[in-house]
Amino acid sequence: MDNEILIEAQALSRRYGPTMAVSELNLTLRKGDILGLLGPNGAGKTTTMKMLAGCLAPTSGAVKIKGISLAEEPKLAKAHLGYLPEQPPLYPELTVNEYLRYCAGLHGVPRAEREDAVARAKQACALNDVAQRLIGNLSKGYQQRVGLAQAIIHRPPVVILDEPTIGLDPIQIREIRALIRELGHRHSVILSSHILPEIQAVCSRVMIINKGRVVYAEALNRSAPARVESVIVGLRRPPDEAALKNIPGVRDVQTLSNGQFRLAVAPQQDPREALAEAAVKHGWGLTELRSESKSLEEIFVELTSGDAAAAETLKEAA
Amino acid sequence: MNTTLTIARAEARRIFASPLAWAVLAVLQLILGVFFVLYLNAYSEGAMMSADQYMGVSDYIGGGLYSTANVVFLLVVPLLTMRLFAEERKNGSITLLYSAPASLIEIVLGKFLGLLSFVLAAVGLLALMSFTLIAGTHLDLGRIAVGLLGLLLMMSAFGAGGLFVSTLTREPVIAAVGGFGLLLLIWILQAVGQSAPQTIPFSQALSYLSMTGHFESLRRGVVSTEDVVYYLLFIALFLWLAVLRLDMERS
Repeated sequence: MDNEILIEAQALSRRYGPTMAVSELNLTLRKGDILGLLGPNGAGKTTTMKMLAGCLAPTSGAVKIKGISLAEEPKLAKAHLGYLPEQPPLYPELTVNEYLRYCAGLHGVPRAEREDAVARAKQACALNDVAQRLIGNLSKGYQQRVGLAQAIIHRPPVVILDEPTIGLDPIQIREIRALIRELGHRHSVILSSHILPEIQAVCSRVMIINKGRVVYAEALNRSAPARVESVIVGLRRPPDEAALKNIPGVRDVQTLSNGQFRLAVAPQQDPREALAEAAVKHGWGLTELRSESKSLEEIFVELTSGDAAAAETLKEAA
Repeated sequence: MNTTLTIARAEARRIFASPLAWAVLAVLQLILGVFFVLYLNAYSEGAMMSADQYMGVSDYIGGGLYSTANVVFLLVVPLLTMRLFAEERKNGSITLLYSAPASLIEIVLGKFLGLLSFVLAAVGLLALMSFTLIAGTHLDLGRIAVGLLGLLLMMSAFGAGGLFVSTLTREPVIAAVGGFGLLLLIWILQAVGQSAPQTIPFSQALSYLSMTGHFESLRRGVVSTEDVVYYLLFIALFLWLAVLRLDMERS
């Protein structure tokens, strides 16, 4: 997979009167990436996405799509974009077919290829059964799918989805997630959500925004084992803390109740094997041994709940 | 250009897919039908007037009926223009156009052309009504055609004004009321100018800018370039203002 940069945002800021909705946001998306944008309500997710999609001009900063500046050549840049806003932009008085045909035309799909494009989008979003129905009569879930079909109908390299699974039932959510994952093979996807498992399920990278600032941006590696942050160990005949601290890889020891200890782990190390061996050798009576790693949820809560200053220090620590 | 036409086609389809357009056309046709009969009635009663006062039936229709029709159109055009931007903004569907590779000029022009399909339908229905007279009398078709051209220009100007007001708000009803207010204001500028030419400054300029005066020549069956250009400039001005307004909104 080549690493072509598809979307690049530099120092993106947006001010609504006195409030700073987004400030100094940098973002780079390569081909094949699925970036999850996380944040509590009002964090600036939607504003960021609007700016990336060219629906809102940033107060400062620039967006480039496939190297084309969105501000200077909006028509050219937007041709590479598909955007599903929070509220799907539908016309209730049109049928699904009419609407998708219009969207294809609007996004510059040549007339001869329009029917194919419509058929493909309907296939991808499982809309064939409702193709002849008026959009206004469809259920929320189907409307959401029509919105999604609209965003991918012209096969844009970059797809921006603002809360794509909102209002869907669990089965539909699974289907949409599968669809997004599939999109990720050929397109780059940015999706926002405040549902953490959703981000964990589909995204290859995650970015957490709080109060308009990026507080966390990391690759989510689902295949590799989670990094061990600390180890909880339970011993029937515990030694003193110093003995535990001498085990390679242990950075710090904290005594919990009933012979339980939390061992802070030095970066890139895993002391569990050594611990087990030591326990057997010294007859400590090992009863429990498990690793603790920060889940996305913990990171999220940590970064977004505390006051802004705490978030700042965490950002620097990361 | 292609984008403009795509938007225009979809807009026209949506206008006629909604019951609003049909209801408006039906009411228009009913009201104008009543006026049509009233004018014919007045004509047949006045037929015994002396030779130097004589007016042909085409004058009655092309002049009288079409002037009245203008006022009725003034009332209904804002109802259609409110959909163009205000309603789309409220529904959130405007994002489709904003995120599509279409410039603001293309969007505004496309919407305006789509609206013209309704204008053509309304004027076309009125034309058909007038043409029913062909069966019973000699109609001065040139005269009627100029009157219809005048109506078309006037309604397009209404449409452009209403479209601009529609870009100002996200509430369709406010767009309709505002559009109606703007059009009526421009309409009565002439009265303002003429009521007190001494006390009101620029009264001449005001009455010149009014839409009413420029319909006069067309109503009398004279295609004067000056008046036609007035309407075209009026349309261009408000479409341009709409583009500016949308550009402001984005930044």
